Amino acid sequence: MVKLCTAEEAVKDISEGMCIMVGGFLGVGTPDNLVQALVNQGTKNLTIITNDSAFPGIGVGKLQDGKQICKLYTSYIGGHPDSGKCMENGELNIILTPQGTLAEQIRAGGSGLGGVLTPTGIGTVVEKGKQKVVVAEKTYLLEEPLKADIALLKAYKADTSGNLIYRFSARNFNPLMAMAAKTVIVEVEEIVSAGAIEPDNVATPGIFVDFLVKGGKVYAGN
Amino acid sequence: MPEIDKRALIARRVAKELHDGDVVNLGIGLPTLVANYLTSGVSIVLHSENGFLGIGPEPQQGFEDKDLVNAGGKPVTIQESGCCFDSAMSFAIIRGGHVDTTVLGALEVDEQGNLANWMVPGKRISGMGGAMDLVVGAKKIIIAMEHSNKDGSPKIVKKCSLPLTAQAEVDLIITEMAVIAVRQDGLHLMEIAEGILLEEVIAATGAPLLHSNGIIGTF
Repeated sequence: MVKLCTAEEAVKDISEGMCIMVGGFLGVGTPDNLVQALVNQGTKNLTIITNDSAFPGIGVGKLQDGKQICKLYTSYIGGHPDSGKCMENGELNIILTPQGTLAEQIRAGGSGLGGVLTPTGIGTVVEKGKQKVVVAEKTYLLEEPLKADIALLKAYKADTSGNLIYRFSARNFNPLMAMAAKTVIVEVEEIVSAGAIEPDNVATPGIFVDFLVKGGKVYAGN
Repeated sequence: MPEIDKRALIARRVAKELHDGDVVNLGIGLPTLVANYLTSGVSIVLHSENGFLGIGPEPQQGFEDKDLVNAGGKPVTIQESGCCFDSAMSFAIIRGGHVDTTVLGALEVDEQGNLANWMVPGKRISGMGGAMDLVVGAKKIIIAMEHSNKDGSPKIVKKCSLPLTAQAEVDLIITEMAVIAVRQDGLHLMEIAEGILLEEVIAATGAPLLHSNGIIGTF
């Protein structure tokens, strides 16, 4: 059953050492109110799985600003100067992963798969320490699945059963992460009655969602 | 040549490589300019790695939509024929060979078609983002970049010294000086920019260029 709660209530069970997935691409499709609540709570030593560390003061960048992260699985840190610095000085363990591989690792984690085989990263530092598998004379890297304790996600609308729809490029990693975490918390701009979203239009089935948080609108005009 | 003219020249030449109906991914920066120089009658479908097809022009000021940005986080529009999807689908499109051409910048390219464009150890670590998947997955890889580094050292080299993005995937290099095809036997000089001498291209390139005297085109 989906429960409604506030952003503060939603993040109160997040404790040190947990692994958290956060949706978004350079801050677009990141649950701003949930991230802010986690910043306010000040929980440290988090393992974060997210596409990028965004920018200072924006999206996941806020968790980087407050040094709340100890391990980061991500594809891009170019927007946040502290991520690179903390990686260099050893304060932060960053596992840089090609974006398509990261997406598939999360999908595999939520789909009961033992990993995926991808040609991406062959002949680069990404292949270091990974098993290679040859299929039909082509070499692939075995990339293992990723799972998390909690996913902090952003959708456009939910119905009261937790069925989700997204808006434009704010979808990105959110539907994948919804499958890969034990507890899934989704910030939405609007909550409508069950049945108000056409079954054919549901992008994430409500069975994946545990908590809904009503957040502010983040698109044009606001 | 002023920076702005160099970039326009490169973008205009890259645009000639694109065909009507192509699905194309343009990298951040210079490659994005290519969309402004499409040949008349050529309509392409632009793929955005953050999850949609059909990137339209920049929105007018005041009409930006915070849910609609390109892979560099800049506001864009979506065409009427566009569609949105998640990151797994986006990279299935890329890795699965459904993108005809990708245009990217480079820090280094070598004569075997190896590309380095995501990291300078000890100086700048930005991460590879979607670049490794794009270079492995797209059917044709075009590198659009200035011919030399700011200090005059070559970006086209015999062997990349920086960490690779991908191995032996580059097909074509387009700079403000030349168009160079990467083939099994090395780098083939196909065209030289108007007003540039063959000797100048050779001097600015850190790897041997194969060419037939007198039959090199201009652009």
